[in-house]
Amino acid sequence: MTAEPILQASDLVKRFGESTAVDGVSFSINSGESFGFLGPNGAGKTSTMRMISAVSQPTAGSLSVFGLDPRTHGPAIRGRIGVVPQEDTLELELSVRLNLEMFGRYFDIPRAVLRERTADLLAFTQLSERANDRVEDLSGGMKRRLTIARALINQPEILILDEPTTGLDPQARHLLWDRLYRLKREGVTLIITTHYMDEAEQLCDRLVVMDHGSIVASGTPRELITHHSTREVVELRFNTDSHDGYHDRLAPFAQRLEILPDRVLLYVDEGDETLRLIHQEDIAPMSALVRRSSLEDVFLRLTGRTLVD
Amino acid sequence: MLTRTLPQFGSRRSIRIFERNLMVYRSQWLMLISGFFEPLFYLLSIGIGLNHLVGSVPVGGRLVSYATFVAPGMLATSAMNGATIDTIFNTFFRLKISHSYDAVLSTPLDVTDVALGEVWWALARASLYAASFIVCMVLLGDAGSAWVVLCWPAAILTSFAFSAIGLAVCTYIRSWQDFDLVTIVQLPLFLFSATFFPISLYPRWLGAVVAVSPLYQSAALMRGLSLGVFQWVMIGRAAYLAVLALVGLRLASNRFRRILTP
Repeated sequence: MTAEPILQASDLVKRFGESTAVDGVSFSINSGESFGFLGPNGAGKTSTMRMISAVSQPTAGSLSVFGLDPRTHGPAIRGRIGVVPQEDTLELELSVRLNLEMFGRYFDIPRAVLRERTADLLAFTQLSERANDRVEDLSGGMKRRLTIARALINQPEILILDEPTTGLDPQARHLLWDRLYRLKREGVTLIITTHYMDEAEQLCDRLVVMDHGSIVASGTPRELITHHSTREVVELRFNTDSHDGYHDRLAPFAQRLEILPDRVLLYVDEGDETLRLIHQEDIAPMSALVRRSSLEDVFLRLTGRTLVD
Repeated sequence: MLTRTLPQFGSRRSIRIFERNLMVYRSQWLMLISGFFEPLFYLLSIGIGLNHLVGSVPVGGRLVSYATFVAPGMLATSAMNGATIDTIFNTFFRLKISHSYDAVLSTPLDVTDVALGEVWWALARASLYAASFIVCMVLLGDAGSAWVVLCWPAAILTSFAFSAIGLAVCTYIRSWQDFDLVTIVQLPLFLFSATFFPISLYPRWLGAVVAVSPLYQSAALMRGLSLGVFQWVMIGRAAYLAVLALVGLRLASNRFRRILTP
């Protein structure tokens, strides 16, 4: 991987009237890297994506994509990136194949080249058999794959994916992930927003966690877990209506303790050892689970458990 | 050339929107064909039907058959309807239902290209339909003179004005229910723009109100051209339509920008 930034943002701000969607974020993405934006709904991820894909103008701050300013070089930048939006925006009036061919025309790609590329992309996204079908008849996963194929028609150097697997079944998600790995191996820079932690862990070399328009943490998935959580988590359930009463008794065993309505979470380094000590104290949970700490723990720690929307 | 000198109205990339619409209509050619029948229906029903009842109408110091009088008005109306249906209904679908413009804007195309491209499409269709209308006029003997061929560019200009206004109007439409409002405006425009009868039948003050109607300006322009009666005011009528077109296109682009790339 080359360490040369392909995209740089500093103090990027996006306001819509009174509300501030993105509140001064700075980050730098290297060529060939797979970079994630993690955050709850309304954190400002999509607004950030729209600015870096040179579709919406930043309210303030500086942004450079391929060394160009999106304010003045929008068409040139958009010509070199691919965008997979959150919602499929396929042409319902066109067939699967024509969706790709027409999209390529927006990039001034000659028809002969497009015919070849379309066939390759349909094979890549396993849609060859549906080439002449109407888009409306495709399943959700197929539409998603078609949207990805469409984003690749101009052989982009950066592929921006806004929640690429939301609403897909596990099979479809894994197929998609596999395709994204292949692109990454081919040197495409991937920028992904997601609120699926496993997706972020699987796909992203580096990521930032956004909340309320700001970046609250950044690093590799491992680094984030190390800095913001413990190595392991012990989940205990007791036969009680409220777990609040266990706070004082369990607090000494953990670096951090979290009481949820249905269980208690103990953030520790050695889960099995902690569990042994708890049993020694005659504390008898109804069930106990020791697991590795995940990005989800980091995420909830940083962005809270309150429902956002 | 137009796009190079006036970049704020879109670039040559706008032609891709035209290409896209052509691709869609290739599989819906029946809808394209239907546009050719509309003028024939107009001419046959209103022209031939009323012609027998009304007889002759005095225009510019000469008496012409009612069919000859009304045909240019019908041509103007047909250009208006074609342009507004194209832009208001189809664009609404792409703008607010299928969101296909959102995808287009992630390519090198700009909002101005989208707006201009839709206008190109409306103009291309209008030029086909207007040509077939004029051929029908000639075949049915409703053309006032050989100058009727000039009705063709006039119809395209009319379509330019109405498609640009239609695009702008389209951006204000919130749901399918709002289309009733479009009809509420369009129907009186059709009925009271002196397309069926001379504007001189109105009281003077009402005539001044009707003169604001772009459909009246278009109908009056085409009537003059069809009859080969040339007056300076016709340049004013054409200019009025051209200004409406450019203002509409500019407004549409600005609205597209606000909606699509906030």
